[in-house]
Amino acid sequence: MKKIYSVLVENRSGVLCKVAGLFSRRCFNIDSIAVGETDDPEVSCMTIVSSGHPTTMEQIEKQLNKKLDVIKVKTFSEEKSISRELMLIKIKYNKGNRRDVMDICTVMDAKIVDMSKTHMIIQVCDIPERTALFIKMLQGISIVEVARTGTLALQKCAEADV
Amino acid sequence: MNGADIMVKCLEKEGITDVFGYPGVAICPFYNSILDSDIRTILIRTEQNAAHAASGYARCDDKPGVCAVTSGPGATNLITGIATAFADSIPLVCITGQVNSELLGSDVFQEADITGACESFVKYSYLVKDANEIPRIFKEAFYIANTGRKGPVLIDVPIDVQNQTVSKFKYPEDIHMRTYKPTVKGHAVQIAKVVKELEKAKRPLICAGGGVLLSNAKKELCQFAEKHNIPVVTTMMGIGVMPTNHPLNFGMVGNNGKPYANRAMNESDLLIMVGARVADRAVNQPDLITKDKVLVHIDVDPAEIGKNAGPSIPLVGDAKHIFKDFAENDFCCEHEQWLETLNEYRNTMGIKRNPNPAYVDPAEFLRKLSSKMKNDAVYVADVGQNQIWSCAYVQIKDGTFMTSGGMGTMGYSIPAAMGAKLSKPDKQVVAVCGDGSFQMSMMELGTMRQHNVPVKIIVMNNNYLGMVRQYQHFTYKDNYSVVDLTGSPNLEKLSAAYDIPFIRVENMEQADAAIDKFLADDTSYLMEIMIDPMDLV
Repeated sequence: MKKIYSVLVENRSGVLCKVAGLFSRRCFNIDSIAVGETDDPEVSCMTIVSSGHPTTMEQIEKQLNKKLDVIKVKTFSEEKSISRELMLIKIKYNKGNRRDVMDICTVMDAKIVDMSKTHMIIQVCDIPERTALFIKMLQGISIVEVARTGTLALQKCAEADV
Repeated sequence: MNGADIMVKCLEKEGITDVFGYPGVAICPFYNSILDSDIRTILIRTEQNAAHAASGYARCDDKPGVCAVTSGPGATNLITGIATAFADSIPLVCITGQVNSELLGSDVFQEADITGACESFVKYSYLVKDANEIPRIFKEAFYIANTGRKGPVLIDVPIDVQNQTVSKFKYPEDIHMRTYKPTVKGHAVQIAKVVKELEKAKRPLICAGGGVLLSNAKKELCQFAEKHNIPVVTTMMGIGVMPTNHPLNFGMVGNNGKPYANRAMNESDLLIMVGARVADRAVNQPDLITKDKVLVHIDVDPAEIGKNAGPSIPLVGDAKHIFKDFAENDFCCEHEQWLETLNEYRNTMGIKRNPNPAYVDPAEFLRKLSSKMKNDAVYVADVGQNQIWSCAYVQIKDGTFMTSGGMGTMGYSIPAAMGAKLSKPDKQVVAVCGDGSFQMSMMELGTMRQHNVPVKIIVMNNNYLGMVRQYQHFTYKDNYSVVDLTGSPNLEKLSAAYDIPFIRVENMEQADAAIDKFLADDTSYLMEIMIDPMDLV
């Protein structure tokens, strides 16, 4: 079972450590974690993706709520959310495969954001499955570095209205 | 006025009268300011025991216990005490000195990242960066420690913050914390569901844990059980919620509990767990307490409900409030046969012992001792065989039973007993430990003498780390490894060195007279009782 936790926390030093520490202390998985400030500079939003048994998923929510730096925990499944991941991927290309790379980029809606005679950096912003697919598509070409943000997600508008 | 003065004023505002601790340079401004206050300071002999003493103090009081130690090793020594309090949900406010805030992170002399190190053992922690924040932080710390599920709160104060000049002191009246609002009142719908089940139940049972004592709900629980004739079993931390000889009290559950208490748990059709974590020592097989029965789990901490066993009716709230709500409901709970069955189990399923007459039989001894103790006495059991024997044989009347149940920290009893005695000087306080656990805290005899804390100590001497020896007896076929305590001090000489009266009991014939002498006056006393090294719990 996969769950997305959207956790609003006090924007203080050490809070990320406390939340991450909770996951390791209680042997909960973190598939990905992404943190950033919200519109209120005193509040940060952590988007944590975790997977495991449904009772564990429930414990994660309860334990997060116990943390005194946690303001609010929203839990939702992938279907009920809009999720995105940003990935930057640096590849080494040559004349022979440059066209292929550009074709893949067009199909996958990716953007080439930096380039030299031998290397390029491609930006992909998509659902996590498609960023993973993009890596797979480029596997025949030499990948130098990959940086991913982890999943960011918000509950779908219709779900929030209910 | 400086930050340290403010810290002391905050403690005064909270009504704190005693601080346990050990000074060092980084906490010296605080210990200097406290000289101008009426707050009593107790110099403990090692920092861990400052937390244990504060824990014993808090368990006999309605305020959190307070301890204050220095940075680095002082703070790290405190950790076991903090973790012990955390495991048993005991409210503490632990103050640590810290190196100059500009030097934080540079590994200077006696620097330790104590807020980081304690993260998983505290309810919350603060690293104070500005002395003007001290009043708010202290106000919050005391509130957090002593509300909801209680627990230790750590305040780490760099020395420059303690020395920082502050123009005025104003202690906040209210708490503004958007992230902390513990639920104390039970949900009416859930309460109605429980009442409905109580009406149907043929074999209802209450299993009370330490949470009942922490919420001060002893009276409410007893009244509820008596009104509806519902039998009660307890966890180790719940011992004392009801007098041991109360006809409805069927004793402690768990691996080391009464067989009939465990049987009652398994055979009940409605089990109300209240203020208990359903942890392994009390409930070995959580699936058994959910099988063929309705499990109601009452706890102030929502995360405890469903953690180890999925209840049919979860009920979040404070035990005292919830029993009051139950009392307001008029319902009928008929189950005459059930009590008869349980009484029959009690009469036929006792634990049989074959004591060696050459030694003191701990079972008989503890029965005698506790029957001679005052009604409202405080009994502190340490950890090891002494703890299990205490749980099984001590007769609690209207008094308090304390032990380190969750963490099982050896050496807890003597400092905790000192804390209890300082909190309630009129009460008789007896600490019972083994020769192993005694040696973990025997340095506190000095504290007892220095501050005139008349605690009575019983050391069960079997020249072994008995609980581990017993484990090795069963698990490793008597292949004993590192459990022989040869080299222990002569306790008679030791007590003479501290000028504390001493008595040794070698067999049961000497027990009565010795106990009478031991309990006669409100003075410190050290009693050594000789236990068969091969005795098992």
